[in-house]
Amino acid sequence: MIIENSPIILSVQGLHASINGTEILKGIDLTVKSGEIHAIMGLNGSGKSTLAKVLAGHSAYEVTAGSVRFEDKNLLELPPEERAQAGLFLAFQYPIEIPGVANTQFLRLAYNTVQTQRGKEELDPLEFDDFVREKMKLLDMKPDFLDRSVNEGFSGGEKKRNEILQMALLEPKLSILDETDSGLDIDALKIVANGVNRIANKDNAIVLVTHYQRLLDYIVPDYVHIMQAGRIVMTGNKELARELETRGYDWVSANKQAENGVRA
Amino acid sequence: MSAALHSLVNQPYKHGFVTEIESDIAPKGLNEDIIRLISAKKNEPEWLLSFRLKAYQKWLTMTEPTWQNVHYPKIDFQAISYYSAPKPKKKLASMDEVDPELLRTFEKLGVPMHERAALAGVAVDVIFDSVSVTTTYKEKLAEVGIIFCSISEAVQTHPDLIQKYLGTVVPVGDNFFAALNSAVFTDGSFCFIPKGVKCPMDLSTYFRINTEGSGQFERTLIIAEEGASVSYLEGCTAPRFDTNQLHAAVVELIALDNADIKYSTVQNWYAGDENGIGGIYNFVTKRGLAKGVNSRISWTQVETGSAITWKYPSCILRGDNSVGEFYSVAVTNNFQQADTGTKMIHLGKNTRSTIVSKGISAGHSNSSYRGLVRIAPTAEGARNYSQCDSMLIGDQCGAHTFPYIQVHNNSAKVEHEASTSKIGEDQLFYFSQRGINAEEAVSMIINGFCKDVFQQLPMEFAVEATKLLSFKLEGTVG
Repeated sequence: MIIENSPIILSVQGLHASINGTEILKGIDLTVKSGEIHAIMGLNGSGKSTLAKVLAGHSAYEVTAGSVRFEDKNLLELPPEERAQAGLFLAFQYPIEIPGVANTQFLRLAYNTVQTQRGKEELDPLEFDDFVREKMKLLDMKPDFLDRSVNEGFSGGEKKRNEILQMALLEPKLSILDETDSGLDIDALKIVANGVNRIANKDNAIVLVTHYQRLLDYIVPDYVHIMQAGRIVMTGNKELARELETRGYDWVSANKQAENGVRA
Repeated sequence: MSAALHSLVNQPYKHGFVTEIESDIAPKGLNEDIIRLISAKKNEPEWLLSFRLKAYQKWLTMTEPTWQNVHYPKIDFQAISYYSAPKPKKKLASMDEVDPELLRTFEKLGVPMHERAALAGVAVDVIFDSVSVTTTYKEKLAEVGIIFCSISEAVQTHPDLIQKYLGTVVPVGDNFFAALNSAVFTDGSFCFIPKGVKCPMDLSTYFRINTEGSGQFERTLIIAEEGASVSYLEGCTAPRFDTNQLHAAVVELIALDNADIKYSTVQNWYAGDENGIGGIYNFVTKRGLAKGVNSRISWTQVETGSAITWKYPSCILRGDNSVGEFYSVAVTNNFQQADTGTKMIHLGKNTRSTIVSKGISAGHSNSSYRGLVRIAPTAEGARNYSQCDSMLIGDQCGAHTFPYIQVHNNSAKVEHEASTSKIGEDQLFYFSQRGINAEEAVSMIINGFCKDVFQQLPMEFAVEATKLLSFKLEGTVG
C-alpha cells in the first residue's frame, strides 16, 4: 500500500555493478518506502536477479558506482550477514540444499542469530518448535518438513515455501523475492502468495522480482518497474504489468527507442 | 579461497608444547641389538624376543609401500630412536605419585585424567611416550574378570593370552610398517573380556608422543570371548615439532562367537604447520577378526590430524552371520594428506558389512578413500553397503575415491554409492543471507555432512569430535 509520508526503507542511486569485469547493472535508481510492494520485471539477462544479489551482498559482484541506503545505514559497507541482521531478506530463486542439517536446526540458528542482533530473547528448541509450527500454518506445511534436511529432496514448491517461511520467521524490513513464482504450479503459487500477503504490512516492504504477470494477480504491486540491459526503463502501476503481458517486452524496447528518438 | 575461509582453517595447533621429563632413550638406529635391548628392558620371555626378531628379519626383506596416494620424503629408519621411557622416580602405587609434570601435561591437553576417569566413568590407560604410567579403574574391571592394562604388563601377568593371540590377526610380515611395529613395539594396550561379560564402561586410552625424534610403535590387542562385548575409545594429541615423527601402530581385535567389539578413534596428531612443515606420519595397521558366528567388529574413526595418514581399519568376517562396520570422517587441511579406508573380507556365510566414509578436504590438502570389499567363494549370501562422500572446501584441495570390489560368490549383494560436494560461495551466501556467519555455516554444514558417523561415536566423543572439526576447519571459509 502506498502511504503518504511513510519512511524510506531502501534508496538506490546510480547503482553500477559488474561480475568478472562485465558490467550488469548500469545505473539503477529505486526508492522503496515502508508499506509498499514493488515488482521488478524484465527478460532473462536484464539484470533483475543481479540487482537482488547485489543488494543482499553476494561477493561475486563488484559495485563500481552508486550508493544504497537501507534505513539509516550505508548498505554497501555491510557484509551480507549484517545486511540480513539489519532486516534485508532475499528469497532465493534456487535455494541451496544442505544435506544432514535438519531444517528446524537451520531455521532456529537463523532466527536466534537475528533475534540476538535485535537485542531480543533467543528461543530454546521447544519454544522455537511451537513458534515455527504456528508460522508453518501460514504456508500449509506438514510438520515432518522440520525434520528433513534443509531443502534436500524438496520439490520446487516446497523450496519456495521454505523461503517464505524463513521470511515469516525473520520478520524483515525489506524482502526481495527473486523469481519466487518460477517452478510453482497454480496451487503452490496461491499458497506462497497468500503467505506473502499475510506477512506484508505497513511497516515492511516487498520487492518482487519476476518474469510474469501471473504472480502479480495474487500479490498486487503498488509499483511496477521494467528492467532492460541493466537499467530500469519504465515505471508504472499494476496496469503496466498487464500491458506488458499483452504486448510483450518488444513493446518496451520499441517504446524505449521511440523515447530515445524523441530525446535525440 | 577467500580470505575469511583462509583464516578460519589456519589456527595454530593448540597442543604444541614439550614436557620436560627425563627420558631414557635408546641410541638411534635399528638392528638386532636394539631389539634385544628393548626386549631385555621390558623383561620379556624368550618367545616374544623371537617374535620380534622374526618380524625384523621379515622387515629387512620388505620395501616401503608406494601405492598409496601420498607423497613424503624418504624416511631414514636408522635415524629414529626406537625406545624411550619416562623415568619414574619410584614405583607408582596411586595417581598421587604420578610425575606432577606429566599431570600438568594432561591438564594442558584438557584431559584431567582422574576427573575424567571419575566423572565420565572411563578407565584411562595412560600412554606417555611408549610406556604406560598408570592404569585406573582396574579393580572395578577385575571384579567382572576384565583385564585392561598395558601390553607390557600383560606380557608379564598373562603371557599365555598374549602368546595365544598376538600376531594372529596381523601377522609379523603382514606389511612393511606392521613388521616394523612387531619388531620394535614398546607398549600399548591389552584388553580381554571373558566369556559372557558385557564391559560395564567404555574403555579409553590416551596416546601422546613426547620425545622429539622418537618413533611411536604402539601395539594394541583386544579380545572378546564368546558373548562378550566392549566399546573401546582411542584418542590422540601430540605436541608441536618440526621434524616429522613416525607413528606405526598395530591394533588387533578378535571377536569370538556372539562377541561384539566397537573401536572408536578420534585422532588429532600434530599435522604440520600451514606450510606443510613437520607433523606426524601416521602409518597404522588396524584389523579385526570376526572369528565366531554372529560376532561383530565396528570401527569408527574421526581422523583430523597427522601430516600423513595411511590407515585401513579392516574386518575379516570369518564367522557365519558376522558383521563388519566402518564409519569414518577424515579431515585434511593445509598440506595434510590422508589415504584411508577399509577392507571388508567376507569369508563366512551371510556376513554383512557397512562402510560409511566422509572425507573433508580444505586448503592444499589431499584426501583419498581406498576400500576393498572382497566376497570369498565361501561367503554365501554376503552383503555389503558402501557409501563414500567427499566434501571440498576451497579450490586448492583434492578428494579421491578408490573402491576395489571383488565378488567371488553369485549370491552376494554389493552396493556402492559415492558423492562429491563442495562448500561453495553460494552455500555460504545462503547462510549469510539468513544472518549466519561463515564460521557457523561451515560448522553446521560439516556436522550435517558427518552426522551418520558421529552418531556412531560414544556421547562424550561425539561432542569432542564436533568441536574438533569446527576447530580444524576454522578459517577455511569466507
